[in-house]
Amino acid sequence: MLEQLPALILLAPLFGALLIGVIGLQDRRVCFPIALTALVISLASAIGAGMRAFTDGPYNYFIGGWEEPLGIGIALRVDALNGVLLIAIAIVAVLAVIFTIRPSSEKDADKTAYFYILFLLLCVGLFGITITGDAFNLFVLIEVSALTSYGLVAIGTSRRCKMAAFHYLLMGTVGASFYLLGVGYLYLKTGSLNMQDINTILTTNATVAQSPGIVTAFILILVGIWIKMAFFPLYGWLPNAYSYSPSGSSCLLAPLMTKVSVYVMIRVMLSIFGLEWVFGHPGWSDLVVWLAVIAILAGSIMALAQREIKRMLCYLIVAEIGYMVGGAWLNDPNLWGLTGASYHIIADAMMTLCLFLFAGILFKFHGISAIADLGGMFKKMPLTSIGFIVGALAMIGVPPTCGFFSKFYLIRGGIEGGQWEYVAALLISSLVNAVLFFRIFEIAYFGKNPADGHSHDHGHDDHDSHGDDDHNDAVTTTAPALREAPVYALIPLLAAAALIILVGIFNGQIIELIRMAFENSTTVVSNLR
Amino acid sequence: MVEFFLTTVKPHFNFWVYVILMMIGLWSLIAKNNLIKKMMGLAIFQTSIILFYVSLGVKDGATIPVLESYGDYAEKSEKAEKAEPAGTEVIPPDTTPAPVVVNPADIYANPVPHVLMLTAIVVGVATLGVALALSEMIFKEFDTLEEDELLRKIKALHDDA
Repeated sequence: MLEQLPALILLAPLFGALLIGVIGLQDRRVCFPIALTALVISLASAIGAGMRAFTDGPYNYFIGGWEEPLGIGIALRVDALNGVLLIAIAIVAVLAVIFTIRPSSEKDADKTAYFYILFLLLCVGLFGITITGDAFNLFVLIEVSALTSYGLVAIGTSRRCKMAAFHYLLMGTVGASFYLLGVGYLYLKTGSLNMQDINTILTTNATVAQSPGIVTAFILILVGIWIKMAFFPLYGWLPNAYSYSPSGSSCLLAPLMTKVSVYVMIRVMLSIFGLEWVFGHPGWSDLVVWLAVIAILAGSIMALAQREIKRMLCYLIVAEIGYMVGGAWLNDPNLWGLTGASYHIIADAMMTLCLFLFAGILFKFHGISAIADLGGMFKKMPLTSIGFIVGALAMIGVPPTCGFFSKFYLIRGGIEGGQWEYVAALLISSLVNAVLFFRIFEIAYFGKNPADGHSHDHGHDDHDSHGDDDHNDAVTTTAPALREAPVYALIPLLAAAALIILVGIFNGQIIELIRMAFENSTTVVSNLR
Repeated sequence: MVEFFLTTVKPHFNFWVYVILMMIGLWSLIAKNNLIKKMMGLAIFQTSIILFYVSLGVKDGATIPVLESYGDYAEKSEKAEKAEPAGTEVIPPDTTPAPVVVNPADIYANPVPHVLMLTAIVVGVATLGVALALSEMIFKEFDTLEEDELLRKIKALHDDA
């Protein structure tokens, strides 16, 4: 039983989705329990599968016993890096699903079953991307998660989410197609699709490894993944898709989709091409780190210009992606940067979850999306505010939150790699984050309370705040402004806040696990310690 | 010009076509104003990649990768091997002549890229289906599929609110 755990991570949400499709469409009350059960099973299996990888080292699992590279089997591979990430994804998914226990309006309630089907299938895709050991299956799973996320963006009642989903679809498909093309070139040169197998061929056969076909493959794959993760010049789809999607969807999409793509990039660099091959090309590291610097600065500056909470957070994600890409590409290859980037994937998933849950609470129960409407929040919603403050401090990078430690590792990597522009960009971005969040603190603490009398009008005279009229009206007419959120929304928020601090306090152990994954990989990293 | 065609284009004809198709697809994805035309560009883009993959499996003079007799033969000999040590039943002698063993890889086209593309085609169809559904919703909402008009209407929505 225990050796089947890697498959169980995927199968639980998959069959959960099927079950909801069969009985959830008749009776929408069973949807949430099924989804929660499926995700909890996934979480338990992920912990089990991860523990085995932590103690015994990486291992393979072949679905149906069809061992690669003889055919195109479905190979799963668990090592310490994706073991940690699987657990993090499962935790985020469980917390996000708790938040969706009640639909925000009657209109949404009709779509409950569809929402949970897409939600669970998206989880299947994300788990699959993380655990797969096969380059082509990775493409299929990227598309599974992408197609479901288009649905999750478009399922909202807002008028603009459809257009955002359409643009997201165009960009996402182009990105996945570039990835597929790159895998084609890899197959052309190596004749294999299994990641380990390709890596063995590339490390043993120098003529293949140095051929232009492999370089083409790498660049195509990299560009494809960059589109998927919204790396700076290719970020256009992200702000609309995440800010106009319904709160329940964005709480799952924003923390996980881009982060998992970053993981794919690290996995491709580490397990397919090998770090020595990637960093054997002079100039690439500098180029990508400079791109990352531009991404960090541009994301931070654009975040400053936003007046809506969700949009501000979206641009912060763009900046955070810059952190991770830059960290993974720091010179040498740089173990501080790589582990820092991998740790930041987990840290950022928790921080983004926390902040998007906060934005979701405000929008779902109070119809608030503009920063200016937050006056008096700290007094009226103390528990929500605690969650928000922890998330914001983590984003700024205040110890003992996880944001501080990931920045510490990344900056240390930047210093060791001698790439000072990256260090400077990180510090400037932290400063900008401080400005952003202290501005919100100020409004929330000293600002006037809009609940006194004219709450309904107030939402409408700020002209930047309301894209989602129909959605809003349904909420604001029933709920008076600013009141403590119900328990089912507070649990995930406070749990996410607690996790931010826990991940920060136990950063040593997590870094140790991630480092183990890099040391176990076939490539010998030059400056290990 | 003719020489260029013969030496450079002809040996890699499929690959030239795939690149040209891909560029057409990307161009219409970026430059076209109508959402349906953008989707067409997307479809062309995806199809070009399918052409690329299928070209990988081509071999001169190769046939369809279906094993005709090898599988039966292997199965029978396996059965015989299993049954013999028990010694309880008598196996009738195998009357079918043993097939001439040719390395299957030499005479068959490479099936793997084709199999991969079956999956990719399904993914492409699903993507186009979702895109069509979305564009229908957009049309119901805004009564147009021209992108510039859509952006104008969305902006107006923004200002009214």
